[in-house]
Amino acid sequence: MNIVACVKRVPTTDAQAEIAADGTSLKTDGFQYMISFYDEIALEQAVQTKEASGGEVTVLTIGPASGSKEVRECLAKGGDKAIVLADDAWMQRDCRSTAKTLATKLQELGAELVFMGRVATDRDNAAVGPMTATYLGWACVTDVVEMTLEDGGGTAKRETEDGVETVRFSLPAIITCDKGLNEPRYAGLKGIMAAKKKPLEEAGAEDVPNQAVVTGVAPPPERKEGRIVGEGVEAIPALIDALRNEAQVL
Amino acid sequence: MAAYQPLDFFDLEDQYSEEERMVRDSVRSWVGERFMPGIMEHFENATFPMELVPELAELGVFGPTTPEEYGGAGMNNIAYGLICQELERGDSGLRSFVSVQGSLVMYPVFAYGSEEQKKEWLPKLASGEVIGCFGLTEPDFGSNPGGMLTTARRDGDDWILNGRKMWITNGTISQMAIVWARAEEGVMGFIVPCDLPGFSAPEQKHKWSLRASVTSELVMQDVRVPEALRLPKAKGLKAPLGCLTQARYGIAWGGLGAALACFDEGLSYSKERIVFDKPLAGFQLAQKKLADMATRITCGQMLALRLGRLKDEGRATPQQVSMAKRNNVELGLDIARVVRDMLGANGISLEYQVGRHMLNLESVYTYEGTHDIHTLAIGEAVTGIPAYR
Ligand SMILES: Cc1cc2nc3c(=O)[nH]c(=O)nc-3n(C[C@H](O)[C@H](O)[C@H](O)COP(=O)(O)OP(=O)(O)OC[C@H]3O[C@@H](n4cnc5c(N)ncnc54)[C@H](O)[C@@H]3O)c2cc1C
Repeated sequence: MNIVACVKRVPTTDAQAEIAADGTSLKTDGFQYMISFYDEIALEQAVQTKEASGGEVTVLTIGPASGSKEVRECLAKGGDKAIVLADDAWMQRDCRSTAKTLATKLQELGAELVFMGRVATDRDNAAVGPMTATYLGWACVTDVVEMTLEDGGGTAKRETEDGVETVRFSLPAIITCDKGLNEPRYAGLKGIMAAKKKPLEEAGAEDVPNQAVVTGVAPPPERKEGRIVGEGVEAIPALIDALRNEAQVL
Repeated sequence: MAAYQPLDFFDLEDQYSEEERMVRDSVRSWVGERFMPGIMEHFENATFPMELVPELAELGVFGPTTPEEYGGAGMNNIAYGLICQELERGDSGLRSFVSVQGSLVMYPVFAYGSEEQKKEWLPKLASGEVIGCFGLTEPDFGSNPGGMLTTARRDGDDWILNGRKMWITNGTISQMAIVWARAEEGVMGFIVPCDLPGFSAPEQKHKWSLRASVTSELVMQDVRVPEALRLPKAKGLKAPLGCLTQARYGIAWGGLGAALACFDEGLSYSKERIVFDKPLAGFQLAQKKLADMATRITCGQMLALRLGRLKDEGRATPQQVSMAKRNNVELGLDIARVVRDMLGANGISLEYQVGRHMLNLESVYTYEGTHDIHTLAIGEAVTGIPAYR
């Protein structure tokens, strides 16, 4: 099967966010990068699918030309080849621009099963998966926590607010992966050595203008200082009272 | 706990290849996610986390420089050093386990073994299917292993081993031991399967250092070892010393790992800890300590990096390895003590890492050549006058 894992290079989650001078983005100096948490799960699912049913895993990313370490890591973890659609402004793309560019490439690659993360941990949109599938006219199942493949399609489980939903889907499809679907592996030394010899192809990313543009970034409101309502079991009524009447979260 | 942020004051990041950084980061994540959550318990209970051995093997950290044909990853020495650094950031016991398996067990089989021995043992050691130990030190001979009393006597096609080894890391949990013994022809090395009659490896208890590492005695009473298990190319004391040079190289990086962990903990603690109405880190006394520690770590990092590159070029000398081991373990121990103090009472709690590192590093200061023995090695290198006796 022709399997593709779409991954995004994002700042590490412990990065200190500071607003840049233009007021519409974050300062990137000093940032360290990683593959977005849920994309790691997508890659793992792609590799496990290949290991179980055969085929080839292509790692596809829109990202900076210099960001090869994170992409190589995906090859060390079992991807067979990687394609970087180079765009130094990859973090500024809106969802549609990303989705359209990915859709074009996925079509060209003849992908049959595509895994993406549920959401990218930098922008938090959770939209690229379904939008890409819409462009392609493919099946899409989001927030998947369990899945199996059968002839010409598969069954996936997704967790919703109301419970677990079981979905049958046809191929080609885009699956967006949630926590719990699998435990991503670490890049082992042998994998790292093997990754050196795997193809990493770089191509220009299709230029799709943004339709949604960020016009301002403000820091989150300061959190009010906490208050200790008491200690031990005796404090529980006071705590419930405060949560219900003061914070109004219960 | 805040995310681990190791110091890189001189921006050494770009001195490492992409592959070297990948290895480091993979081991770093593994240590943080898989090893750190359980280490306090293991340290308190004086147990090694054996349940993680298959994961360590999967990562490929056992003998990573061993060529691929023998089950290794064929990595360079910088990658091996970074692995040791990251493992010892977790615990010296973890790094010791890996140092012994790779540098003290796989290395002698690789360097002094026959082709059959390499094919037989190295893949099993790399995959963690077999755990090994290295028996050189004896109750009466540590710094001066040349005085060893363990003997090997030829008997037909076999050798008969008799003697006692002490302070042997992993002894009790090993399936095979590399044992060094004195024969008429000089010091020889043997691969000794631990289930041979006459061989036993009782654990040494009551350690307050390297508690998450098993340390054992090896007792050999007329252990009959076939000639096929003698390491044919190990001739004389320089053979075990060659293994030690490999392990010490890794320890030079390991000391840095422990130092980086302590510094990271001390820095973040002192920025958060309010004393006399402001963060501890805002006082000159604390800053002097932090500045000194950052400087020593940075010097140690450059020493290790240069040593690794020299080793990859085949140019590193045992004396350079001595200097790096001596310097980087001492700085680790000193930094652990300073940070222990900066954490106040919390510094003596195992809920924090520093106390564990401080206790562990006392062993690391002594094993693989004591600090003073390395002083003498450097002294001899610069003066040309040996002063061991
Ligand atoms: C936790 C742990 C694990 C270990 N694991 C192993 C292992 O796996 N395999 C193994 O073979 N060994 C192992 N060792 C043993 C270790 O290598 C020895 O303890 C070390 O070499 C020191 O030997 P010693 O303890 O006999 O000390 P000694 O040699 O008796 O030294 C005592 C003191 O005398 C000093 N000294 C010695 N000679 C001189 C000199 N000529 N001039 C000036 N000062 C001198 C030393 O520096 C030290 O301060 C381990 C030790 C520990 C603590």
